[in-house]
Amino acid sequence: MTLVRDLVSQGLQMLLVLLLAPLLTGFVRKLKAYLLRRQGPPLLQPYRDLIRLMRKDVVLAETASWLFRVIPYIIFAGTWVAASLVPTFGSGLLFSWSADLIAIIALLGSARFFLALAGMDVGTAFGGIGSSREVMIASLAEPAILITVFSVAMIAGSTQLSTIAEYMGSSAVGLRVSLGLALVALVIVAIAENGRIPVDNPATHLELTMVHEAMVLEYSGRHLALIDLSSQLKLLVYVSLIACMFMPWGAAAPNAGVAAFAVGAVTYAGKLAACGILLAVFETSTAKMRVFRIPEFLGAALMLALLATLLRFVSGSL
Amino acid sequence: MMQAALWSVAVLLTLAPGAIALSMQKHGSAVLYGACAIVSSVLVALALFNLLDPAHPVLSATLPIGLPWLGAHFRIDPLTAFFLFVVNLGGAAASLFALGYGRHEESPGRVLPFYPAYLAGMNIVVLADDAFSFLVAWEFMSLTSWALVVAHHREAANVRAGYVYLLMAGFGTLALLLAFGVLVGGSGAYDFAAIRAAHPTANVASAVLLLALVGAGSKAGLVPLHAWLPLAHPAAPSHVSGLMSGVMTKVAVYGFVRIVFDLLGPPEWWWSMVVLGVAGPSATLGVLYALMQRDIKRVLAYSTIENIGIVFVGLGLALAFKAEAMGWVAALALTAALLHVLNHALFKSLLFFGAGSVLNATGERDMEKLGGLIHRMPQTAFSVLVGCVAISALPPFNGFVSEWLTFQAILLSPQLPSWGLKLIIPAVGGLLALAAALAAACFVKLFGVSFLGRARTPVAASARETDGWSRAALFLLAASCLVVGIFPGLFIDALAPVAKAMVGNSMPHQASLEWLTIVPIAESRSSYNGLLVFVFVLLSGSIASVAIHRLASDRLRRAPAWDCGYPDPNPAIQYTADSFSQPIRRVFGSVIFAAHEIGEMPPPGSAAPARLTVRMHDLIWEALYAPIATAISFATERINIMQFLTIRRYLTLVFVALVLLLLVLAI
Repeated sequence: MTLVRDLVSQGLQMLLVLLLAPLLTGFVRKLKAYLLRRQGPPLLQPYRDLIRLMRKDVVLAETASWLFRVIPYIIFAGTWVAASLVPTFGSGLLFSWSADLIAIIALLGSARFFLALAGMDVGTAFGGIGSSREVMIASLAEPAILITVFSVAMIAGSTQLSTIAEYMGSSAVGLRVSLGLALVALVIVAIAENGRIPVDNPATHLELTMVHEAMVLEYSGRHLALIDLSSQLKLLVYVSLIACMFMPWGAAAPNAGVAAFAVGAVTYAGKLAACGILLAVFETSTAKMRVFRIPEFLGAALMLALLATLLRFVSGSL
Repeated sequence: MMQAALWSVAVLLTLAPGAIALSMQKHGSAVLYGACAIVSSVLVALALFNLLDPAHPVLSATLPIGLPWLGAHFRIDPLTAFFLFVVNLGGAAASLFALGYGRHEESPGRVLPFYPAYLAGMNIVVLADDAFSFLVAWEFMSLTSWALVVAHHREAANVRAGYVYLLMAGFGTLALLLAFGVLVGGSGAYDFAAIRAAHPTANVASAVLLLALVGAGSKAGLVPLHAWLPLAHPAAPSHVSGLMSGVMTKVAVYGFVRIVFDLLGPPEWWWSMVVLGVAGPSATLGVLYALMQRDIKRVLAYSTIENIGIVFVGLGLALAFKAEAMGWVAALALTAALLHVLNHALFKSLLFFGAGSVLNATGERDMEKLGGLIHRMPQTAFSVLVGCVAISALPPFNGFVSEWLTFQAILLSPQLPSWGLKLIIPAVGGLLALAAALAAACFVKLFGVSFLGRARTPVAASARETDGWSRAALFLLAASCLVVGIFPGLFIDALAPVAKAMVGNSMPHQASLEWLTIVPIAESRSSYNGLLVFVFVLLSGSIASVAIHRLASDRLRRAPAWDCGYPDPNPAIQYTADSFSQPIRRVFGSVIFAAHEIGEMPPPGSAAPARLTVRMHDLIWEALYAPIATAISFATERINIMQFLTIRRYLTLVFVALVLLLLVLAI
């Protein structure tokens, strides 16, 4: 019986993240448009885009290799698996023990590795520029998030995301300086990893500062749909990650009943909305950075994360 | 079994002179490499048999050779068995690869005789159980590999590489010689059993640790003793490069573990500080250097420095925990380090063999002259891709598992009492995380520039897929990378007796856990299941593929690349190796390489091209090696006059020296 419930909960989670991801992106887009006094596309536009793209023919560059056609599926699979292992409405996921937080981040890293390769496959100048910048950003963002994970994991005494979520929800945690630093670092990394302003602009297509869009320029049809869906999923993963570690309220406990799951789902929707609003406001109020300012931005995250870890090493209570 | 192992090594040694005759024959190289592959496989089987034997027997033998009062001692304990496994696995794969690759050798007489001797040398180092045989075998291994480095001696760069290598190898052996000298003193009891029984004083033990770190570290390529490695490893033929990078550095790790964990007795707490202080920077600097290269084999050689750094981080952590009597965490750290030893041997050999196949097919090692090889050499490209993913520590492959275990050990280190370690370990953790991310960047570049895109030169455009033997070796290693990645528990269990022998504790038994999950400490703390992650990724990718092809569209058209409407048929517009790493060079290079770019714009109206020059400095070379080289050449120039004296003056000198010596004796 418990197995069935856990299976259902895990399956629901997998479907939920897949269905919610485009909505979150649509929500942020709509909000940004409102903040700029525009009407903006409808909330459901991302779904329509995805469906349309999936129905279209793929136009494949003549110089593309087999790898180019496989990569969208690899990226999607890696991101989806990562997304289904991050607690959303309840912390007790059936398969959460198969990959801890470090492994989840590494899975997202695999997706990025292949995306960067895809950028180089066709042999165009734009693809190369995107890949080259993406790995530069990643080379700072990944250590920053890993060290953030270290500090959180040392406080919670576990790298297991469900354990961390439960620990953060309990009263044992209290207010800590290191957690504050880790939160700031994580937010900076989340912004950079998802290619949001000020690091990259998800709305531009023909600008020399673009990173993500340059890598996927040669993709079309169902391949492009998968890649778009993956980046929407990735945004959801990061928001869920922040929510489950730093806003652990309301999530259903591992052995909770249906009511608790309903509460968890509602609070989760609330958390997503809150993060979406913050993201939209932040994006509207800042300008895009020059590419070579990004290392400073991410370097700040790296230093904050390192400071948080160091504090944890030096004192048990900070 | 001991006899079988020694006989196998003896066969390798006799193959060496036999190879001189074989190298004249038409199929000589095939016969030799085939024989080496068989002997190595036998040794792999023996080692595996010993390692998996639940009794963990310790076998020893003494041969009446070497020092007359000592003889040559040999011993197989779990540590030896594990390294025997790694060495011969690499040896078997390299021999298999060379069955195809070695056919293209222009001067087989310069390679074939040294190859089995080199394999034998590495085996004897691991088997030796007294200081004398250990050092002789160590030097034998160095000299035979030197001979292989200068096999293609017509290229000036190779000769220089050989020169630097010979100097550094001699220096490393000297340090190890001194280490054993300090350890044994004047007693002459050079067998390891006697050394183990005699407990050295704290000062002696510390001196030995530093000497062992210098001696083994210079062979393994720890910064700042790495200078020879990126010169020598690429200069050798590719299968030997794979052996040098993948296996010989591991023999150096073995030397360090044997001396420090086994012979020295209980460690001091500050030893780990020294080891970690060298290992962390090695990891990051190694991969940063690798990112700046455009020669495939040099990228791989520098990346070896990074991986050795990761191994030594694990060893340093194990030392720290062992000193504080936290045996179970020490076992975790040591297991992580040893698993990375195996993993690195697998994927580094794979990548070097891949580079060898590319070199054979195109004659080029420079990435900027390659491109598009995935179309011409799809199978090589696939296996190299697996190697690149594995070495970038991405799940579900093997590199991730060992780094994950190292991270788990780091996360337990706030429990260490000493303040120095509390401050240095987070920094090392940061460096390790940085190295992992940079490694991914480095291997995106390596694979992306040489295998993806469009061919940049005619040789790349007309490359042919490599031969069957080479592909077999590549696929074998690629499959091993995946197997270790998805069944890590089995390998961790196999390492348990080694950890038990070295730090007195071992990790909990893993293979009995559900679904082959690995749980280093407790399930609530951390667990990872490579198999499930692999299955999940495979399943969700297939589901997505099937669903989309069935429900949406499966049509596909080929068209010219879009490239924002301005596609250029010239392959020179692609990003090159240098331009790919330019952003990272701007972020890290200005400090670490003192790099600066000089842009020269022609005056307005001039048709001259603009130029961008990049100047980079190897600061370690300039700060450490160059002054020593200058000092030595200064001194030799001063002494040089002694070379051109008349016989009269020489006789006077001899007379004066004799008188002085007699005086010293008299006083």
